[in-house]
Amino acid sequence: MKILIMGCGRVGARLASMLDKDGHEVTIMDIDTYSFRRLPPSFGGTALFGNGIDQEALKKAGIEGVDIFIAVTQGDNRNVMACQIAKHVFNVPRVICRLYDPLREEMYAALGLETISPTKIFAQLLKEKIEG
Amino acid sequence: MYIIVVGGGRLGYNLLKALLNEGHEVLVLEKDARICKTITDELGSVCFRGDGCEAATLAEVGTGRADMLVAVTGDDEDNLVSCQVAKHKHNVPRTIARIRNPQNSALFKKLGVDVTVSSTDLILEAIEREVPTHTVTQLLTIEDKGLVIVDAKVNTESTTVGKAIKELVLPKESKLVLIIPGQGNAHVPTANTVLLAGDQIIAITTPDSKEALRAALGGV
Repeated sequence: MKILIMGCGRVGARLASMLDKDGHEVTIMDIDTYSFRRLPPSFGGTALFGNGIDQEALKKAGIEGVDIFIAVTQGDNRNVMACQIAKHVFNVPRVICRLYDPLREEMYAALGLETISPTKIFAQLLKEKIEG
Repeated sequence: MYIIVVGGGRLGYNLLKALLNEGHEVLVLEKDARICKTITDELGSVCFRGDGCEAATLAEVGTGRADMLVAVTGDDEDNLVSCQVAKHKHNVPRTIARIRNPQNSALFKKLGVDVTVSSTDLILEAIEREVPTHTVTQLLTIEDKGLVIVDAKVNTESTTVGKAIKELVLPKESKLVLIIPGQGNAHVPTANTVLLAGDQIIAITTPDSKEALRAALGGV
């Protein structure tokens, strides 16, 4: 599959390298090239400087041909804007959006985005660990 | 009207003052405590410290009864989310977003924002108007109709000097609305109106026909 990831933080870099290992065609973009240090030397995909909320930058990153777009930058609003561009402008078949804020996550899920809130999931996980 | 302004920067602050002067009930949402304090010290309790993108904050300030939300932070993505939360969570009838990237205008409309104002476009237009070599400058965009109102100047070098309106071949969607002569009163042009150097023509056209109109009016 062709996959475009926005945000090369810990999660983005790890996900990119895992998907690359599985043989997917991965492109990862970030607004800071220094972030690419997180990619392992074995990474065979493309690392690209660019802002995912800029339609031109997304085009350059090849969004028109991708199967999945994933937004995992630090900013909820950036993620949600990029995902809506991917979904509504470029008609990417599958779009996944990370949203730290559970309230925003609920709302955008209701609006039809595929969303994940690490806050919600991790709090739940900790609770289960504690209560057994 | 109850109006919520998101972002207390220079734009938000001046907007707040203008709206208060008009007698509206206005509240600014601002994340920065220092900015919030400055506004409160000067204008009273019209600033609420909080994130205007969070549904909970918006609920706290009674967004449900707001007539309008205007998002004027410096970040397009924040303005988009503010407007979307206001619209979808609190049913605010009218949302306005400031945008910096002009490309976002069409996108934001598609995503449910009622009005976008591009500071970049406005500044560009204002500067263009002041550049004397520009024979056609854009005055206003009528977004829903896909039309623009432009100002064309006829100078001594224009090929149209001394020609009547009926002799001009204008692009299909274009209409000359008003002529403001160098001297004398503005008038509505007829087919027999003759163009003179120094005339200023107000015309309506489409963004795509702007260049063709410039050529038709003998612009250099």
